[in-house]
Order: sequence, then structure tokens, then C-alpha cells
Amino acid sequence: MSVLLEVTNLRTEFATRAGLVRAVDGVSLRVARGECLGVVGESGSGKSVTFSSVMGLVRSPGRVAAGTIHFDGRDLRGLAPEEMRAIRGRDIAMTMQDALTALNPALTVGEQMAEVMIAHDDTLPSARGARRSAIRDRSVEMLGLVGIPAPETRLRQYPHEFSGGMRQRIMIAIALTCRPQLLIADEPTTALDVTIQAQVLELISDIRARLGMSVVLITHDLGVVAEHCDRVMVMYAGQVVEEGPTDQVIGAPRHPYTRGLLASIPRPALRGQPIRPIVGQVPDLVGLPPQCRFHSRCPLARQGCLVQVPMLPAGPGRQARCLRLEETS
Amino acid sequence: MTDAAILSVPQAESLFRRNLRDFRRNRLAMASLIVILVFVVMAVAAPLIAPQDPNETDLLRRLQPPGWAPGGDWAYALGCDGLGRDILSRIIYGARISIFIGLAVIFLATGVGILAGLAAGYFRGWVDVVISRVVDILLGFPYLIFAIGLMAMMGPGLMNIVLALAYKEWVIPCRVVRGETLAVRELEYVEAARALGAGPRHIMWREILPNILSPVIVISTIRMANVIILEASLSFLGLGVQPPTASWGSMVSDGRAFILEAWWVSTFPGIAILLLVLAINVASQGLRDAFDPRFSE
Amino acid sequence: MSLGKLLERIVQLVPVLLGVSLIVFVMMALTPGDPVQIMVGEQSITPAQEAELRHSLGLDRPMAERFFIFLMNAAHFDFGTSFYHGRPVADVIAERLPATIELSLVALVVALATAIPLGVMAAIRKNSLLDRVATVGSLLGVSLPGFWFGILLIMLFAVHMQILPVSGRIGYDNEVAAVTGFLLIDTLLAGDIAAFGDALRHLILPAITLGLPMTAILMRVTRTSMLEVMRQDYVTFAEAKGLPRRRVLYRHALKNALIPTVSVAAIETGSLLGGNMIVETVFGWPGLGRLVVESIFLRNYPLIQAAVLLYAVTYVLLNFIADILYTVLNPRVKL
Repeated sequence: MSVLLEVTNLRTEFATRAGLVRAVDGVSLRVARGECLGVVGESGSGKSVTFSSVMGLVRSPGRVAAGTIHFDGRDLRGLAPEEMRAIRGRDIAMTMQDALTALNPALTVGEQMAEVMIAHDDTLPSARGARRSAIRDRSVEMLGLVGIPAPETRLRQYPHEFSGGMRQRIMIAIALTCRPQLLIADEPTTALDVTIQAQVLELISDIRARLGMSVVLITHDLGVVAEHCDRVMVMYAGQVVEEGPTDQVIGAPRHPYTRGLLASIPRPALRGQPIRPIVGQVPDLVGLPPQCRFHSRCPLARQGCLVQVPMLPAGPGRQARCLRLEETS
Repeated sequence: MTDAAILSVPQAESLFRRNLRDFRRNRLAMASLIVILVFVVMAVAAPLIAPQDPNETDLLRRLQPPGWAPGGDWAYALGCDGLGRDILSRIIYGARISIFIGLAVIFLATGVGILAGLAAGYFRGWVDVVISRVVDILLGFPYLIFAIGLMAMMGPGLMNIVLALAYKEWVIPCRVVRGETLAVRELEYVEAARALGAGPRHIMWREILPNILSPVIVISTIRMANVIILEASLSFLGLGVQPPTASWGSMVSDGRAFILEAWWVSTFPGIAILLLVLAINVASQGLRDAFDPRFSE
Repeated sequence: MSLGKLLERIVQLVPVLLGVSLIVFVMMALTPGDPVQIMVGEQSITPAQEAELRHSLGLDRPMAERFFIFLMNAAHFDFGTSFYHGRPVADVIAERLPATIELSLVALVVALATAIPLGVMAAIRKNSLLDRVATVGSLLGVSLPGFWFGILLIMLFAVHMQILPVSGRIGYDNEVAAVTGFLLIDTLLAGDIAAFGDALRHLILPAITLGLPMTAILMRVTRTSMLEVMRQDYVTFAEAKGLPRRRVLYRHALKNALIPTVSVAAIETGSLLGGNMIVETVFGWPGLGRLVVESIFLRNYPLIQAAVLLYAVTYVLLNFIADILYTVLNPRVKL
């Protein structure tokens, strides 16, 4: 499979009053065409900032300080703002955690769909009437694709007139309007009820298969990853700590943090057993010394862990950032 | 909000100190504080500082230009008005009026506002209904027009100005106190005090008030700037302090007759108003940033 | 917003309007000095004549009844006779009203036209030179006493540079027949472009003076709400869609940012009412504000009473409109 997105040694920093925060520190990753990559981590682990960096949406006081981002053979960091804008929404699309806040409350759903086409689609007819009906047809088609009933009438409505699940579908429809090669879905189900969560994830998987696009699924839910992703990447405190094929990583996690995450999931099969949360807190990202960032919470930590730890091979197609891998195999 | 309010009970002292330190670091706010202080000293020590008697007329010095201009005399540094009175001395004495009225109105209004707001927010029910209705109705008047109406009725005079402004001003702290009280009264430490058998008076004064004082102080300082402008406006219209007492507003008004030949008569008292009001506004913004970050941008 | 909710809001206005009227009534009823004495002035009248006058003014009735009569009359725009003009108060006010409305509207337009673009620019280029200048400017704007600022403008532009008139609404040689009372319209109706220009020149300084505090406040509100809106997810999402920057800023951000601006503008329009008294006095503008100030010195109480009531009712209605605008503009707020 050919590589669609390749990020190497990405570093994104935020200048805060407390000091420079390295929200993303040396992240490398690859997404192949047609693949679904799951990105897992607690809030503050840098998973969202990593992909904001990819989309060129990091805002002051943040900035991408180092690293390369290659998409479809192009170096995104070297692009002019206008060129990057042309890629956003057309080749790389994004959905956000909560459609209620991501959709503009003051604009109709129809307008919010139409503007993406107007911004990116040069094949739209130039005659006013033909153009309008082309946009309309596409909008109806997209809403139909994500399963919104009676799309013609709903185009004229405002976001608050839809249910939470419908809004999430609309946001996905907007993101997919230009048939992007890569969809970055940032916590697509967190804001939803459990039953609707499954529907939305099915929808994304289904469309991914039909359009042949790649998906990055950012989540803190390993269950979601297990069900929908080919590969998974676990992030902690701005770094990737483990990465590999989903079934292997979840079946036999190698990094103590990944193990902790899995152990903290309440499982119906293990009812009656106590949940084991990971003890301690995510370290403050200001002025971190170059050493294993998880050691303060790690059950395997030793004196020797207080050094800089690289990603180490942990099996076929797998890597983990831990010096105690032999103890976790 | 909830956590902060709970925490602020045991930490009240240290939190206050930290806020004070934040405020001290704000250079612009400190500079404004110095300007305000200068005006206060001017007001208090006016008889000692003023180079001339502010009310002594001297027709020979009628519209005498400022010290640096041709025909000027440095003993009358900012020139003289239409009756030959020293403008600088009148500005110094005028500070007394502006600052006295500003302070008096704000203290009166804040006192009444706190009482009414606490009562409305704590007792709720019909007390709240009555107080809130009165507040709504008073808010139905444009401020200056309400004050003008009252001044027309009561006639001019220092105490009447204070009353005319305070009659409406108390509404503002009252609304703030009421809102904060409603938010705070359900918090755990208030519940705890109530469970321990504390009476309403104890709860309102000892438990609630100390924790809602920050926004009240911030609002009061901002309002003080407004009150000073309103007093100056009333005096400008001739509804304020009566002559010959020097008030900045009436001094600007006096100067209108001479805009063709003596620009200084109106200009300098206006600068005094601007400086004091600006200083209060800047200082209160610094205060707000340090003490009540919720309202800052 | 549903009609029912709107009606409910309107019903809520009633107690406020009643309360405002009561205060205006009490204000004047408690005014020291006997109205009959003031009316009669230096003339000598017999006790019988005085009693009759007292009766005809309704002053011999109980307070509650007098308030009720006052309300009934006010509903018919009957505010009695202006002692000074010897004509019905309502007529005198109606004559002066267009000048005040014209000035206020122009000030409003000036304020909106400068405040919104400046606020938006300041927010977009946060911490830039423009932002700092605008911030300092808005601080100055709320701190400047209007009457003094007006006099400064007169000294600078009218006395020193002599490019704008000192006072009044129009030059004597340019007067036109009053049709609407709005000079900008009447001069055009008369087809007199020179007079129109003259009326406009007379408006510039008073409108700037009147509009300045409002400009300062609106600019601050626009800047703050624009900054707030630009932090919202929907702006990030709009950027993620690859929309042109102009569209993100003006269609997505500004449309939402203007919601608070518009309702603050409606409230601040109310504060123009108070400013009118000052500005009309400074610029010799023959409007309602100056009429009220003059009436105070003439102890023309019926007129003051009517004008204060008019101002208060307008103010209450403007606040009501602000409230309604806020809900109408904001599709999310369901009443």
C-alpha cells in the first residue's frame, strides 16, 4: 500500500505564560491509502494538536516548530497559505468532536454545505441557475449518503433544528463533500449517545470503503479502535508511545501505558473485577527533562528509565517507547 | 466558579495578596493610581497648594492668558477666567467637588446596593420581586435625564447632586450583589453555616458578602468614573454646584462664552476631568484584570 | 420567536412603563413651589380665581386620582400647557423632536460605521499597532466628557480652522420649508443641494460628539465578541473546510460576533438620549434636549414632566427592542 500521509519528527509548541509547552514532541506517523489509523490518548496527550498541525490549523500562540509533513507526495509545511487552504477541505477533511459547536449556528445547513463546493470545485457550472442546482443536487446527494431523511427540506434548516446524531452526520457530510483522500475524525462519537455512536462509526467505515479514502480516527476509546481501525497509535504527553496493527497492540500491548489503558476499561466479561485506573497524573508539559515521560506512573519504572527513550521495535510492524519491553512480551 | 468560591474561604487572605501583586505589576494601572493620588492630595490640601484665592475676582486680570503665553503671568499659570479668577486655583479647588461627589455617591450607592442586593438574593420571594421591580423601573430612565429631572425638582446644591445620582446609582451594585448572592447562597460552605445554625444576618455578612466583594469593588470603581462625568455634566448644564464654588463642569461652561478669544478657560478644566476619569478607568481595568478575571478580555 | 412569547414580553413591559410614569409623576408632584403660584407669577389674582385655577388643573383632587388622570392624559399625548410658550406641551415637543431624532440617527450611523470595522480589524490583528491605538482610543472615548469634547471641536474646526459652523442646524440663508422637520430630507425635497450640504456640515461636529462614547463602547464590544467568536469550533471547522479567509472572517465569524454588538447598539441608542441634552446645549441645536434644559430654568414643569416621560418610555422601548433583536438574530436562543 502506498503512503498517503507521512509525518516525521513533528514538534508543535505553545508559548504560554508558564513557559514553552511542547504539545507535540517528535511525533512520526504514516497513514497508507485506504487505511484507518486509530489515534488514542488522554486529553492533553497531543493527539488533536498533531492533526491540527497536519492541517495547518495551529493558531497563535502555538506553532509548528520542527518536522516534516508529506501528503500525497507534497511537503505541506512548505506550502503557501493559499495552497494549504486549497488542500484543506478538498484533499484532507476534518470533523470535530461536537457538531453542535462545529456547525455555525447562524447559517443554514445548506449554506454550510454549498460553501465547501464553491471554495474547491472548479467543475461547477458557471451559469447561475445551473450552478445553484448542481450545488443543490450534490448537497442532497451527500445528505442522503449520510442517511438524513428528506434532505431537500432540511437544507434550509439551521443546525439547532437537528438532533445530536443528525448534526454529527451533517458535519461528516460536509467534510466528505469534496471526496477527500483523508478524513481526520476528531473524537467523532464523544458527544453522542451510545446507540448513535455505533451508527456514526458504521457510517464512517462504510463511506471509507465506498470512497476508498483513508481515515484517522482520534479517540480515547480503545473499543472504538478495536472495531474500526487497521492500525493504532497510542500517544502520551506529546509523544507516540506505542504503534502497530490494532489486533496485536490490543491483544498484546507492550508499553506499560497501553496496558494501563486497557486495564482501565470496564469489560462486561470481567464484571465484578475492580477497574484498575492508572495511578498518578499526566506530567506538566512545561520544561520536561529528556527522559521517559511515563516513569512516574509506571509500574515497571526503574532508575535506568530516567533517560531519553526512542521508539524501539516491538514485533513485526510494531514499535514502543519503552526500555522494559522484554518484561512485557 | 464553584471550586474557586469554596477555596476562597480559607485562602481569602493569600488570594487577596496575590491579586494585589498582579495589580502592582500592571505599570499602566500603577501610573493611573499615582494620577488619582495626585488629584486626591490636590483636593485635600487645596488651601495649601492653590497659588491664589479661587474666588477672588480681579477685572484687571480678566481673560489673562496662561503663564507661557504673551501677556501671561506665572503667578496665574493657567490664565484667568472671565472674572479674572485664577484657573489653576479653581481647578485645584474643583477637584474637591468632583472627588467628594464621586466618593459620596459611590459609597452611598454601594452601601444601599449591597443591602438591597443581599436581601433580594438571599431571601428571594416577595423581597426579591419588589426590589427587582424597582431596579427594572429605575433602569428605565436614561441616567442623565433621571438626574436632571431630580435636580429640576430638588433644586441645585451639593447634597442634592449626591442624592440625585445615588437614587439611580445603587441599582448597579444591587444587581451585581443579587446575582452573586444567588450563585453563592447554594454553595456548600453556606449550607454548612446554615446547618450549624447560623442566622441569616450572620450568613449574609460573614459568609456571603466577603466572597462577592471583588466584583462589587471592581464595578464601583468603574462607576466612579461615570459619576464624576455625570456631576461635571450637571454642573455644565448649570444644575450642579452653584457659583461661585469652583466645579470643573461649570468652569468649562463658563469658558464657552470666550471660545473666540480665550481658549484656556474651557480647555484646562476639561483636561482635569479627562485625566481623572481616564486614570480611574485605567486603574479599574487593572483592578478588574487582577481581581475578577471573569470580566476581563 | 413565537407570537405568544412576543406578547408575553410585551405584557412584561407594562409594569415597568407604569412604574416609570409613577416616578415621573411623583418627581413633579413633590417639586417644591406651588404650580399655581408659578403659573400666576407676578400677576395678582383673587383667592376665588386661584381656587378655580387649582380646580381646573385638578390640583384639589387626591394624589391617586391625579396620577390616574395623568396616565389617561399621557395616553392621549395631553401633557397640559407649556406655561412659557402658551401652547400645548405636546405641540412644542413635536416641533422640536425631528431635530433631535435627526441628530441621534446620524450619530448612530457614524458610530456604527466606525465602530464595527475598527472593532473587527482590531480583533483580527490582535496586539497590532491598530489594535493598541483602537484600545487606547476607546478608553479615551469613554473618558472624554462630551460637553468639553464638543467645545474643543468647535474651537478647532469652527473657530480656528473655520471650516465648519459653530452652532445651529442650518445657515439663515439656506432655510427651507419644513415638511418632515428633518433638514436632510426637507432640503432634498426642496431640491436645494447647497442647503443640503449646509445642513450636513452643521451635523458633523454634533454627531461626532454625540456618537463618540457609543463608538468607543461598540468598538470594544465588537472586538471582544469577535475575539470570542474566532475561538469557537465553528470557525476552526470553517477553516478546516478550506474556505477563503474573507469568508471565514465575515460570513462565519462576523455574523455571530455582531449579535451582541447589535443589542448593545440598541441599548446605547438609549444613552444617546441623555447625551442629546449636553450636545444640543453645546452646539445650540434646536432640539428637545435643549428645550428641556431651558425649561428647567424657566420652571416649565409640565414640559419637563412630558419630556422626561418621553425619554424614559423611548429608553424602555429601545431596551425591549435590544432584547428582541438579540433573540431574533440568534437562532440558537429559543424563547
